[in-house]
Amino acid sequence: MIVKIVNKGHYTLWRLRRSHMNALRCVHALTILGNKNRYYMEKHIFEIKNLNIYYHDFQAVKNVSVAIPSYVITAIIGPSGCGKSSFLRSMNRMNDLIPNAKLTGEILFHGVNIYDPLISEVNLRRRVGMVFQKPNPFPFSIFANVAYGLKIQNIKDKAMIAERVEESLKRAFLWDEVKDRLKKPALELSGGQQQRLCIARALAVYPDTLLLDEPCSSLDPLATAKIEELLQKLKKEVNIIIVTHNLQQAKRISEYVGFFNSGELVDFGPTKEIFERSAQSMVGRYIQGIFG
Amino acid sequence: MFFSTALKKYNLQTNGPNAVFLILVMLSFCFAIAMLFMLLASIFYDGFLRLSWQFLTQFPSRNPQMAGILSSWVGSLYLMILTGIIAVPLGVGAAIYFEKYAKKNWFNHLMEINIGTLAGVPSIIYGLLGLALFVRIMSLDRSLIAGAFTLALLILPIIIISSREAIRNVPSFMQDGALALGATRSQVIKTIIIPLSFPGILTGVILSLSRAIGETAPLIAIGALTYIAFLPESILSPFTALPIQIFNWISRPQILFHHNAAAGIIVLISITLLLNMSAIFLRDRFDRKNSK
Ligand SMILES: Nc1ncnc2c1ncn2[C@@H]1O[C@H](COP(=O)(O)OP(=O)(O)OP(=O)(O)O)[C@@H](O)[C@H]1O
Ligand SMILES: [Mg+2]
Repeated sequence: MIVKIVNKGHYTLWRLRRSHMNALRCVHALTILGNKNRYYMEKHIFEIKNLNIYYHDFQAVKNVSVAIPSYVITAIIGPSGCGKSSFLRSMNRMNDLIPNAKLTGEILFHGVNIYDPLISEVNLRRRVGMVFQKPNPFPFSIFANVAYGLKIQNIKDKAMIAERVEESLKRAFLWDEVKDRLKKPALELSGGQQQRLCIARALAVYPDTLLLDEPCSSLDPLATAKIEELLQKLKKEVNIIIVTHNLQQAKRISEYVGFFNSGELVDFGPTKEIFERSAQSMVGRYIQGIFG
Repeated sequence: MFFSTALKKYNLQTNGPNAVFLILVMLSFCFAIAMLFMLLASIFYDGFLRLSWQFLTQFPSRNPQMAGILSSWVGSLYLMILTGIIAVPLGVGAAIYFEKYAKKNWFNHLMEINIGTLAGVPSIIYGLLGLALFVRIMSLDRSLIAGAFTLALLILPIIIISSREAIRNVPSFMQDGALALGATRSQVIKTIIIPLSFPGILTGVILSLSRAIGETAPLIAIGALTYIAFLPESILSPFTALPIQIFNWISRPQILFHHNAAAGIIVLISITLLLNMSAIFLRDRFDRKNSK
């Protein structure tokens, strides 16, 4: 069974050899997610069918059906309040935490409906990480922040944790800036560094998808550029879905774009095509700043 | 001319009522401080000379010159420790339940109102409850543990209320960050909520203990002894406490006993002051640490 996952070929191959712990995790993931055959063959990481999200009586996401391709960056754009964050949160079931939020439809992750009663949302979130709009490192040390995801999985091996922290910080382009002060409080870092720390923290548990909700909206252009560069590198290892208000950013970094308007997914396709839509279409008008 | 009067800083028409109000609040402030000061001065005048090492290390005696507060301050100390051991887990546990698990239904709402009311119930009522429940029904007699249970009941509402406040102040984005890494609800409580609300909880605990240490009525109600010439050997031993000893001395006719009482009050006030100061100190220290 493990060999089959290795066949998947991506980053997984490399990380499976690192220690049997990871192998165990993947087996665990398989038992949660089942459906072994599709696991390594599929082209789509998420398949979403007739998704509706309601808050009380208000419908925030309306009948969205879409397949999100694997190992590319998918950007979600659209005017404020159109349901982008709600859509994103539904993919790692963070929306479950909002009282009065209700959801209908199916979201298949590796072919398995994550809203199936048998699926544990905790295990799902270990596979589908999330980075928030406002950097939210814990008020612990830098090291403890990155190690947090491992600690809650009851991993006690100090050497392994230290190794994983270093590796994650390197993957998040933060290692050189913090390697001499891992024991310092994370809140002493700059906003951009804090956001990369949050990315490192998410990467440390080896998610295979990263959901980012406007991760650069509170950062300056330089810090933003750094994160974009980082995402470009990371997309070879993890699937990335990013909500952004910055159309240039979507154009620069994403392969696919989904355009939301008042809860509906109006358009979805390769970035190039979307950005070449005519001025008659709704996306075209949004992109040219005519509405939104 | 008109403008110059209107813009003048002190003009009777606008500042008149202000000034009257200021004088009134100043007067009430001075009155409160003066009363407190007179009280303290008379106590120090009576009791200061009685303070000595001997006073702290001797048991009570018929001879006012020989009498000390050893059994009562040790009793108070044990009482506080036991009260804390009983009340803190119960209070913090209840606070966590209310903030994190309780559904918003009428029953829990009723409970909340109830706890708010209990915080204002006169302490003698708790004493009577303790007498019936612990001393009689559970036949713990007039033991340390019966006193501790009674005082624990007394401060439980305060601990619950202050702990809930502290827990509510933990930012939700911190909890979201942990949940998004795959933490379970109980892990979030253990690793995020309790550490981050700890200073607030501790402050509340110390302040409520400093209230409990001065409580006399409930201890008298459960029949704590006043004359004890030995130290408690176990939690089932009879005991006395500082406020009881003071109460006892004050009710004696001899003036020398009144001086002893004044000295006892100085000790009690010092302990309360020390506890309150340490609460403030801890809060400031953690605030600084967390705001970094
Ligand atoms: N917790 C909630 N309770 C009630 N309504 C909500 C809640 N969260 C979001 N909504 C509503 O759902 C709609 C979609 O919200 P969402 O946050 O998904 O929008 P968004 O596209 O992310 O907006 P923005 O670009 O401003 O972040 C909005 O109209 C919002 O008012
Ligand atoms: Mg949003």
